[in-house]
Amino acid sequence: MKNLRLTVQIIYTILTNGYLYGFLSGKIYQGRLKYACVPGLNCYSCPGALASCPMGALQALLNQNGFHIPFGMLGFFFLFGSLLGRTVCGWLCPFGLVQDLLHRIPLFRKKKRLPFHRILKNGKYAVLVLLVCIGSLFLFGGFAKVPAFCKYLCPSGTLLGALPLLSANGLLRSQIGGLFFWKLGILLLILLLSIKVYRPFCQYLCPLGAVYGWFNRFSLVQIHWEEEACISCSACQKACPVDLSVREISRSPECIRCGSCVAACPVKCLHLSVKNPS
Amino acid sequence: MRFWKNDAPPLWLFGVLAGILCMVIGLAQGDFTAIWQKAVMICLECIGIG
Repeated sequence: MKNLRLTVQIIYTILTNGYLYGFLSGKIYQGRLKYACVPGLNCYSCPGALASCPMGALQALLNQNGFHIPFGMLGFFFLFGSLLGRTVCGWLCPFGLVQDLLHRIPLFRKKKRLPFHRILKNGKYAVLVLLVCIGSLFLFGGFAKVPAFCKYLCPSGTLLGALPLLSANGLLRSQIGGLFFWKLGILLLILLLSIKVYRPFCQYLCPLGAVYGWFNRFSLVQIHWEEEACISCSACQKACPVDLSVREISRSPECIRCGSCVAACPVKCLHLSVKNPS
Repeated sequence: MRFWKNDAPPLWLFGVLAGILCMVIGLAQGDFTAIWQKAVMICLECIGIG
């Protein structure tokens, strides 16, 4: 399961960031595919990106003159959330892949969670409300509308967008200032933390994970638990990278459907599948 | 193939239908054009310059 997921993550990341000319020229793809969004956090200013980032797109709609409900992106979140929930995070997010790979580095004693996890896990909801919604509508920049999450926090934009673009585009490189170093600092902090703690950005800060988490309880793709067959050995909780108990697995907004519990179950009472297939 | 046990349609199906409906409304009000216009320009905020 682990290798299958890694393969899916890598292939998906390559396919959705396949505009190789962009990496060489320091420019971005400008074709019609960018009318659509990819489900994971994938900056649309990544030189290779073939589609748009859902969080960037939501903020772009909120940044428009006047206020109108961003139905297009609400629909997108309902569609992918209802079908996949946080399976998107576990299987399709490029920045999740980066954190997964860093966590495999055999440095430091690994931890599943940060101290004060119960409080800190609400950080992603705070980011969603304060930076993505309220921030994008009117708060920052002297009441000018800015994509506050992208501008002040998003490490995916720095890693997938800024670093490849700036390395290939001298004109952009000449404009680097304090804001870039602020974002670079956040990125380095998260990348370093990812070596020790499992997916710190996804667990504590990602607004996209907060959105998809709301759908986990009823999405089509679930991890099903056959309670009658369970021997309560807790092997699933030990294997779970975010330390969820068997009753929390799949339904919790924290579950990214990585499938570690499914692989670890000695009696095969957990299954990653579409809802109630029986 | 049955996707649910009882006769009531599952919540995910309502979510999918609501999602499609919202996306159609979004399409009609030009949301995806606005997204495309933003996405084809280098987002200076995203890369820490703007």
